[in-house]
Amino acid sequence: MSRKRLGTLTWTAGTLLVAFTMFFPILWMVLTSLKTENDAIAFPPKWFFTPTLENWRIAVLNGPILEFMGNTVWITLGSTLLALALGFPAAYAMAYYRTKRTDGSMLWMMSTRMLPPAGVIVPLFILFRDLSLLDTHLGLILLFAGMNLPLVVWMLTGFMEDVPLALIEAARLDGATLWQEFTRVLLPLLLPGLAATALLALIFTWNEFFFAANLTTRAASPLSVYVSTFKAAEGDLFVAKMSAAATAAVVPVLIAGWLAQRQLVTGLTMGAVK
Amino acid sequence: MATTTARPRRIGEGRRFLSAPALVYLIVMTQVPFALTIYFSFTNWNLLRPGSAGFLGFDAMFRNYQRILANPDFWQVLANTIVLTGSVVVLTFVFGMAFALLLNRPFPGRTLARTLLISPFLMMPVASAVVWKYLLLDPAFGLSAWVSRTLGLPAVYVVERAPLASIIGIVSWQWTPFVMLILLAGLQSLPEDVIEAARLDGAGPLGLFRYVTLPHLRRFIEIALLLEIIFVLNVFGQIFVITSGGPGIQTTNLPYQIFLEAFSRWNIGRASAYGLFAIVLANLVVILFLQVVRRARQEEAR
Repeated sequence: MSRKRLGTLTWTAGTLLVAFTMFFPILWMVLTSLKTENDAIAFPPKWFFTPTLENWRIAVLNGPILEFMGNTVWITLGSTLLALALGFPAAYAMAYYRTKRTDGSMLWMMSTRMLPPAGVIVPLFILFRDLSLLDTHLGLILLFAGMNLPLVVWMLTGFMEDVPLALIEAARLDGATLWQEFTRVLLPLLLPGLAATALLALIFTWNEFFFAANLTTRAASPLSVYVSTFKAAEGDLFVAKMSAAATAAVVPVLIAGWLAQRQLVTGLTMGAVK
Repeated sequence: MATTTARPRRIGEGRRFLSAPALVYLIVMTQVPFALTIYFSFTNWNLLRPGSAGFLGFDAMFRNYQRILANPDFWQVLANTIVLTGSVVVLTFVFGMAFALLLNRPFPGRTLARTLLISPFLMMPVASAVVWKYLLLDPAFGLSAWVSRTLGLPAVYVVERAPLASIIGIVSWQWTPFVMLILLAGLQSLPEDVIEAARLDGAGPLGLFRYVTLPHLRRFIEIALLLEIIFVLNVFGQIFVITSGGPGIQTTNLPYQIFLEAFSRWNIGRASAYGLFAIVLANLVVILFLQVVRRARQEEAR
């Protein structure tokens, strides 16, 4: 083997090792969720063990986590749909009816995404209290729709600019109304883009904790609030079940993120990097 | 910017107002709370004292701010926030750059490596806090105890011994993939022929990195770090789970302080004044960010 090939091989092995190390905490969580409680706290740690689904059965399938997951799913779906409903027409206007102010509006929208949550939590709490939105799905849906709206508008504008104008012109010559333009022309073409946008919105909404922790108490609390209450102190035999519940809580976003890898950078930088 | 003449303008000029609902929605969702934060910060409102929702009066309206600035705890909290954010930015930049460079070559298993490397960023922050605190760093049966025992070192509870450093480490683990992804996008946008040309001119790997790669990456570095600062200034979940801001206020950052002020002392006025500090701090960074973005767009248009 030539020295150069050996060098390349070393770099490749090194890179894979680094990647594995970064991923290790997540892997360890998954492994722990498959151990018996005794194996989970064994010292030295057990690398090889007989896997069991007992923790998953107790902590996930029969645990309170299902209620929280239900809340998270409702909040995520509702806020994403609302953001898409508001963002789709906005993106249409910004892509096809550009004015002098379009760029400015877009930058302003992006900047609202950067408003620190802690800076506005107090008035939001008071408003939610006075409008009876505390601990409701609707409250978080309205809030998270606002949080994801800049991203949705930005991404959809980009995707719409890529749609060949001839298609829209043709539809108009056939006398298509605005609604028909949306549903018959743009929607089918934009489906992959919409999916990517929805996945990104899902990632942000699913993991959000600050607003959720301060604006809900139990009935509408999402998964993140539930996970934050985990304590090993609840009888030291809780580690494996805790891992099972934590794994169940993070897997949907891991999958969404892996699927949306290509759009992740654009979405994360709000279009500053393509 | 692209010229607008090619756009279909004949039909429905009014359609440009289709962006109005979204804009109005965002104005209501962000500017109303913002204005209320300012107003509340001039009141002595405390939810534990009924009937206290009063404006402080023009002569005393800055009392919340004066109290905050005179409180040594505030300066400690501000220092914590800056140390936390600054350290995370430095660590994630070093590791993010290294990982991006490692990934920027074709090799078998590259997609797998990339997928594994971005995963920490996708983890729910409170879940990663739970994993680190109870599975990895626990002094009794955590993995770190075993590692230090195997190496013949005394088992220490890092979270207790170095609370802020632990938070910094865990947050850095989560944010390294973010920096890596953006820098990787930057590296991949560097044209092959530019690298070739520099090689032909006799540039070694270090010279290539210093004089070709780094200048090209500048914009990507700026965007990555500024965005990271904006979001890491808001770190909350990890602190909530791992240290609850303690011991004392050793790991309390600005968001956590606002949380305490608002939801355990129920001091709406004081919490709002703290909130305004958070907004001002973030805005300084946002203004920088928008400038960078604008410059990047101009460069692109050229």
